[in-house]
Amino acid sequence: MTGADYDTNEIMTVTASRRLRDGAVCFVGIGLPSTAANLARLTHAPDLVLIYESGPIGAKPHVLPLSIGDGELAETADTVVSTPEIFRYWLQSGRIDVGFLGAAQIDRYANINTTVIGDYEHPKVRLPGAGGAPEIAGSAHEVLIMLRQSGRSFVDTVDFITSVGHLDGGNARERLGLPGKGPVGVVTDLCVMTPDPETRELTVTEIHPGVTREQIREATGWPVRFAERVTDTPEPSRHELEVLRDLKRRTDEAHRSDAVGR
Amino acid sequence: MAQITSLREAVKELVADGDTVALEGFTHLIPFAAGHEIIRQELERLTLVRMTPDLIYDQLVGMGCATGLVFSWGGNPGVGSLHRLRDAIERGWPHPLEIEEHSHAALANAYVAGASGLPFAVLRGYSGSDLVKHNPNIRFINCPFTGEELAAVPAVKLDTAVIHAQKADRRGNVLLWGVLGVQKEAALAARRVIVTVEEIVDDLDAWPNACILPSWVVSAVCCVPGGSFPSYAHGYYDRNNPFYQQWDGIARDRDRFRAWVQRHILDTADFDEFRRVLAETSEAEQRG
Repeated sequence: MTGADYDTNEIMTVTASRRLRDGAVCFVGIGLPSTAANLARLTHAPDLVLIYESGPIGAKPHVLPLSIGDGELAETADTVVSTPEIFRYWLQSGRIDVGFLGAAQIDRYANINTTVIGDYEHPKVRLPGAGGAPEIAGSAHEVLIMLRQSGRSFVDTVDFITSVGHLDGGNARERLGLPGKGPVGVVTDLCVMTPDPETRELTVTEIHPGVTREQIREATGWPVRFAERVTDTPEPSRHELEVLRDLKRRTDEAHRSDAVGR
Repeated sequence: MAQITSLREAVKELVADGDTVALEGFTHLIPFAAGHEIIRQELERLTLVRMTPDLIYDQLVGMGCATGLVFSWGGNPGVGSLHRLRDAIERGWPHPLEIEEHSHAALANAYVAGASGLPFAVLRGYSGSDLVKHNPNIRFINCPFTGEELAAVPAVKLDTAVIHAQKADRRGNVLLWGVLGVQKEAALAARRVIVTVEEIVDDLDAWPNACILPSWVVSAVCCVPGGSFPSYAHGYYDRNNPFYQQWDGIARDRDRFRAWVQRHILDTADFDEFRRVLAETSEAEQRG
C-alpha cells in the first residue's frame, strides 16, 4: 500500500460501487456485492434499484443484511414478491440491468465456481452451490463480479462451471443463445479486469494505487495479460470512505444482538 | 379442514419413514420446531426438498433422518459451510446422501409446477452450467412456437410440506407475510400440509391480497410461538445471528453435534423445553 488511509477491501468496494450507474436495476448477491451496491445507493446512485433473490424489490437497507432474506430488506423495499416471481417476472423476463455476483473461484473467461473444489462425485471441498447465480449470469443484461484475488481463487480453469461467464471465450455466449452480455468487469482488491473485446479473456485494465504488476501476476493462476492502456484506479474519496465506514459501523451495532438462547 | 393439534401429533400423523418432505422458508419463517420434532420421532429415509437447506437440514441430515436431498444452495447464510451436510456428501456420514442439485430459479419453478399440477417446469436457464452434466433431471426442450431451447425440470411433488407462519384463525386459515419464499407453492405441491404458527387468533384481519392458505388446503395447524427460532418471524422476533455463528462450531465436530442434539432435542419434550435448555446451556457457556 501507499500508506493511504484505506484498506484493500475499501478500495475494492468503492471501485465496484462506482461501476453501478444511477437508475440501474441491480440483482444483488449477499456479502461483498451487497456492500458495494448499498454504498453506490448511498453515494452517487440514489435511484439504484436493488433486488434480492428472497423477494425484496427496491430494498433500501439502513444496515447491511447478513443473510439474503433479512427482515431489513423486506421492511425497506418498495415491494416484496415471492421467490418464484423474482426469478420468473423480474430476472428471466430481462428486467435486470446488472447482475452483481461474488465467487469462490473464477477462471480466465470469468466462469464462476461455487459448487465444488475437486471432482463433483468425490469433492475435496463441497461449496454451497448455485443459488440464484446461474440464471443471473445468463439473463442479466450485464454481470459485475467482485472477489478477493489470489492464486487459489483466480484459476486457469475452474473445477466446475456453476455460472457461465464467457465459457471458452470468443462468441461462446452467442452460440449458447444466452440473452445477457455476461461479465463486463471483475473488481478485486488488487485491480480491475475486463474481458478482451475479441477473445473475452480477463485482462487487467485498472491497477489500484500502490499495487504492482508482479503482485497481480502472483495472485493469478494463469499468465495474466495487461491491456495496452492500463489506468490507475482513482483513490476513494473522503466522502465514499465515510459513508462506507458509517454503513459498516451501523451494521456491526445492529447485528450485535442479545444472547444466543434468547 | 385443518385440525388444530399439537406438533407431536401432527408429525406422528402426517410424516412417515420414506416420505418426500419439504420444510420451507427462505431465511424467514424456517420451521425449526417441526424439524426438531421429526428428529425426536426418529424418522428415517426421508427425501428432503428445500431451496436453502440451512441449519434445519444440517440437523436432520446429521441425525441420519434423510437419504436424499433436493436443494439449490447449501450454506450457513452469512457464516459459511453446513458441516453436517458437507460430511454427508464428502464422507457419507452418518450414511450416504443422494443429492439432486439445482439453481434457485429451477427449484422455485419446480415448486410452481408442483403447485400447478403440471409434470414439469420450463425456464430460461442452466445454459453453460456444469450442473446439467451431473443432474439427469435437468433437460432441454424446444419451444413449440419459436423453437427456442429452454430448460425443463420435474415438478416438486411432496408427501408433506411443513411451513411456519405468523397467524392462523380458529378454523385453521393461515396468514403469512414478509419474505414469502416458496412456502405457498410448497404447501400446494403437497398431499399433506403442516403449519406451525406464532399465534392462533379469532380474526386474521387480513387485507384482500394477503398471502393466505385456506383451512381446506392445510392438514394441521400447530401453535408453536417462537417456532422458527433461530430464523425470524417478521413482526414477532428477529433472526438470532449469534446462534447461526455458534452453530458453525457445534456442527464442525461429529461428537459435539451428537451431544448437542441429544441434550437440546432428543432429551427435551418439545420446543418450549428446547428453548429453556438452550438458554441454560448458553448462559453456562458464557459463564465459562
